[in-house]
Amino acid sequence: MKANSALSSNKKETWGGGGVKPFGSSYGKMMMWFFIVSDALTFSGFLAAYGLTRFKFIDSWPIADEVFTHVPFVHGDYPMIYVAIMTFILIVSSVTMVLAVDAGHKMQKNKVAWYMFATIIFGIIFVGSQAWEWNTFINGSYGAVKTSEGKVLQFVNADGKQIALADFVTNKRTDRREQHTRKNGLWFVEEGTIPTYSVDQIITAYNTHPEIQVRTELITDKKQKTILSREKGALELAKTKLVVEGANLEVNEYGNTIFANLFFFITGFHGFHVFSGILINIIIFFNVVVGTYEKKGHYEMVEKVGLYWHFVDLVWVFVFTFFYLV
Amino acid sequence: MSHAHESNTKKIWIVLTILSVITGVEVWLGIIKPDFLHLSNFLGTSWLNWIFIILTLVKAYFIAWSFMHLEGEKKWFRRAIVWTAIFLICVLVSLLLTEAGYIYDTLGPLVKW
Repeated sequence: MKANSALSSNKKETWGGGGVKPFGSSYGKMMMWFFIVSDALTFSGFLAAYGLTRFKFIDSWPIADEVFTHVPFVHGDYPMIYVAIMTFILIVSSVTMVLAVDAGHKMQKNKVAWYMFATIIFGIIFVGSQAWEWNTFINGSYGAVKTSEGKVLQFVNADGKQIALADFVTNKRTDRREQHTRKNGLWFVEEGTIPTYSVDQIITAYNTHPEIQVRTELITDKKQKTILSREKGALELAKTKLVVEGANLEVNEYGNTIFANLFFFITGFHGFHVFSGILINIIIFFNVVVGTYEKKGHYEMVEKVGLYWHFVDLVWVFVFTFFYLV
Repeated sequence: MSHAHESNTKKIWIVLTILSVITGVEVWLGIIKPDFLHLSNFLGTSWLNWIFIILTLVKAYFIAWSFMHLEGEKKWFRRAIVWTAIFLICVLVSLLLTEAGYIYDTLGPLVKW
């Protein structure tokens, strides 16, 4: 009666569940599934927190189409296109993974190795894309100002299209502010990067360009950001205390601070999952190549890492929807 | 394993096509944003958002059932995974979103635009 006794720990098969197979599933596979369930709950916690924050600021949340508009090597506004490509890359990597598992069932070692290799490559491309996305997000593309009330003001041209500070601030900087470095000041004091333009400079430029208008975060009935009249814009601009270029954890040019924080947190956590997935895939890839599973007689390990990899894809499907589409 | 030697290659390509088409439709809708869907309201959000959410769940179904091979697992193993996750996520999301609505109703009027 083995059922009532603890499994002896010096037996090799303990790690395989001692030969017991509840639900006809191997110990490793079952535990991978239970890990995935718990990890899914972690991610839903994050996404639900995103939902909570968004509904809390439902009338002023940044519009994703206006934030994520860039495609590498291409100029112009292409909302969503690049994330769609990233999504597609991840789905394709899922397919190569499932093909590797399929080849594993047929004990085709070389095929498994090649499909694993393809999966790793697509994974690396995805992480690289995410890094590019982060870089673009952090550097920003337009620049904005922040008022003493904590509101972010952006600038639009006569067509109502957002324009960059560099597009209309052409007057000289008058406050003689210079970036403090160790060379030109106190060597033991450091300063973060100062904005390209000063507040006064932007207000002067606004006054000399009658076609420029100020846009606030408030969302209208038409689900667009509110554009203020010239006079109202000037009143709001008078409260400006900070020039914002790009994004960090304290302030960002897109709107609510917590929008950028959630972006970094959720896509970062997902990106970390992809990164560890790639590492695990590489380990398994080498195991396949040296014939570990050929000797074992089955490729179940490929199936288990496959589960993890598909889960990463599954999470991205939700991140894509809730961060970029909804 | 019963499915040890059958090849699923053809099915895999079909699922890839389905997932790509759904993603394509989502992106296309996300770009054109037809007003009658985008500016509508149903149960707290627009019809467009509901379409996105439903399409996402369809994609999730295909990934879990086909790629992660849930369809081949024993019925109660599958249920232990899917029901647990769905139930807990539903609880979490309903609690947080209800709370979020309350926070907005309370704090929203305090913000001057």
